[in-house]
Amino acid sequence: MSESFLIRGATLPTGERADILLDGGRIAEVGTVADAAGATVVDADGLVALPGLVDLHTHLREPGYEQSETVLTGTQAAAAGGFTAVFAMANTFPVADTAGVVEQELSLGEAAGYATVQPIGAVTVGLKGERLAELGAMAASRAHVRVFSDDGFCVFDPLLMRRALEYVKAFDGVIAQHAQEPRLTQGAQMNEGALSGELGLAGWPAVAEESIIARDVLLAEHVGSRLHVCHVSTAGSVEVIRWAKARGIDVTAEVTPHHLLLTEDLIAGYDPRYKVNPPLRRQEDVEALRAALADGTIDIVATDHAPHPVEAKESEWDAAANGMVGLESALSVVQQAMVDSGLMGWADVARVLSATPARIGRLSGHGEPVAAGSAAELTLVDPSATAPFGVDRLAGRSVNSPYLGRTLPGRVVATFHRGVPTLLDGTVRPADEVAAASARLADGGARG
Amino acid sequence: MRHLLSTRDLSRDEAITLLDVAEDMAAVQEREVKKLPTLRGRTVVNLFFEDSTRTRISFEAAAKRLSADVINFSAKGSSVSKGESLKDTAQTLQAMGADGVVIRHPSSGAPFTLATSGWIDAGVVNAGDGTHEHPTQALLDAFTMRRRLHGGASRGRDLDGVRVVVVGDILHSRVARSNVWLLEALGADVTLVAPPTLVPVDVSGWPATIEYDLDRALADRPDVVMMLRIQAERMHGAFFPNSREYARTWGLDDHRFAQLPETTMVMHPGPMNRGLEIAARAADSTQSTVREQVANGVSVRMAALYLLLSGERGETR
Repeated sequence: MSESFLIRGATLPTGERADILLDGGRIAEVGTVADAAGATVVDADGLVALPGLVDLHTHLREPGYEQSETVLTGTQAAAAGGFTAVFAMANTFPVADTAGVVEQELSLGEAAGYATVQPIGAVTVGLKGERLAELGAMAASRAHVRVFSDDGFCVFDPLLMRRALEYVKAFDGVIAQHAQEPRLTQGAQMNEGALSGELGLAGWPAVAEESIIARDVLLAEHVGSRLHVCHVSTAGSVEVIRWAKARGIDVTAEVTPHHLLLTEDLIAGYDPRYKVNPPLRRQEDVEALRAALADGTIDIVATDHAPHPVEAKESEWDAAANGMVGLESALSVVQQAMVDSGLMGWADVARVLSATPARIGRLSGHGEPVAAGSAAELTLVDPSATAPFGVDRLAGRSVNSPYLGRTLPGRVVATFHRGVPTLLDGTVRPADEVAAASARLADGGARG
Repeated sequence: MRHLLSTRDLSRDEAITLLDVAEDMAAVQEREVKKLPTLRGRTVVNLFFEDSTRTRISFEAAAKRLSADVINFSAKGSSVSKGESLKDTAQTLQAMGADGVVIRHPSSGAPFTLATSGWIDAGVVNAGDGTHEHPTQALLDAFTMRRRLHGGASRGRDLDGVRVVVVGDILHSRVARSNVWLLEALGADVTLVAPPTLVPVDVSGWPATIEYDLDRALADRPDVVMMLRIQAERMHGAFFPNSREYARTWGLDDHRFAQLPETTMVMHPGPMNRGLEIAARAADSTQSTVREQVANGVSVRMAALYLLLSGERGETR
């Protein structure tokens, strides 16, 4: 396949129509491109061109849980969803709490070639919440870690959280907090409210999230650090973050696609596909999260892509694993919740799913505007395609999607990573082809 | 009836039909030969993931008196700790040809999952799931109330206007939940009395009045006072300071019992913590229905198994 692509007649996030020429790993030209010798032409009539999507919150499961996902299959899922970079959470086995593990993840991502895999480092050794992991070593490693998180667990000890926030200032890092007061959520199975009382499932109260966020923004203010809040799920959390931002505290926040669309009512049939942490909340929370994303109180959308094998979800509710796959469906869900509802335009989508996550994670070469000179990270989406979401849309190893059978708008048609197509005509490109192209680029980089 | 999973969606007519069939079953229990041939050749499995000798033997007696073959499958502890999934257990029972499965499980919703997963064709009876529901307990409670109130003229009657006070750990009680929905369907007025820590955080949608003061609830001279068992593990969860304070504040002690009208029924699903939620004088009085509840449990479970397993399978309940 040729190494330059001429994308004809795409709609830019701004709404203008333009041709886009990808060449030499960059966007060479945007506008009316007469012709480009040797370039493969992609007809993008009716397609929106977005900067390659960046996910600040992905679980790739490798090393350790390869039955759920690997770096290869997870980045194939990313490509299918229009993502060109994913931040890999640290809850692997072994935990990504040393330079060795994060460098291994980085290498696996480079070898696969579907997306930039940017490892996230654990805040504490083994995610145990007892002592700091080697944050500096991970930051100085080849993986260049800037985001640290114990995701899955809250850094609950306030002194440890304070120290972590302070320490990562040395290398412009950020702590991404999984805000969950552990004592208030012992045994918690779903959002605490009227429905949990009826279903007899132990409640996960909103206050368990909100109280940790409130504490953390005050800590961040006190020590002058940067804080990122993972998967905000309640209206009350939105109010706390809005207050913190108004006060000038350096806090950013993410919301997942599922918290923008799904509500706790789905749990009434005890279907474990809807079991996730933080849990699905009320319609009022969904509305508040949408409004907060639209007005910038919540900065980004992050998937919390959490693959699990079939048996982990084929059980009674209590025994089922938390989590949903989300990379492949994210853009469609955001289109339904935010774009089709009139709350946001495609330029906003580019901001919340590409530019801002790249900036929060200090990831260069991603999130750049669709303009000449930017890195050739590009996603083409057909917003007019509306279809039931089926397993054919899932490209990772696991199928625990809450959207199967649900009609969703939009479809990612093509994804380019470093100028290499990872998805064309809605089909993930073969692994050997993508790996070979990636290897060629690495050689070229070494020569250059 | 295809399954009996909860009382939440039982209509008044369906509930009364079930109670009336239970009256027929109770009549059989008064005969010299207590056995009916109705379920001959059918297999009922008692699938118990939690210890509960009382409930299990009640279902066992019910199935045997309908001439069903009974298999007791005790899988103590969760399916996970046992190493076998609920799915595999269900498929094992399916392969053995179970017609009905009576399931007791520590996880709320497990009977629902069993009934709707497609793993098994058998009719499913919920014999208590986590902190969710225990429908046959509520049905036997309603049956007991109706018999005490109307005696031999119980058939076809509802519980319109009967005032029921349920006292104790509402938060964790599957008995309370099933009773609330069933008593609502039958027309009774329900008051729930508990320390605020043992009431779910939002019960605004429940057809019941919430009251923290037991004496105030009893001063209204209710027709029924139902005391719930306080589990030992609640003592350590900061739900209340200690058992002494609980008994003093929310227990049916001798003094409170003496204030009640002689017509007020005293109920308890058992097993009782004498001296904690209920004093011996109340438990052993003629107003106490505790032993009737046990006897009626067999009749009600016979009715449930009969409606599930004999004749045509209807829609899910």
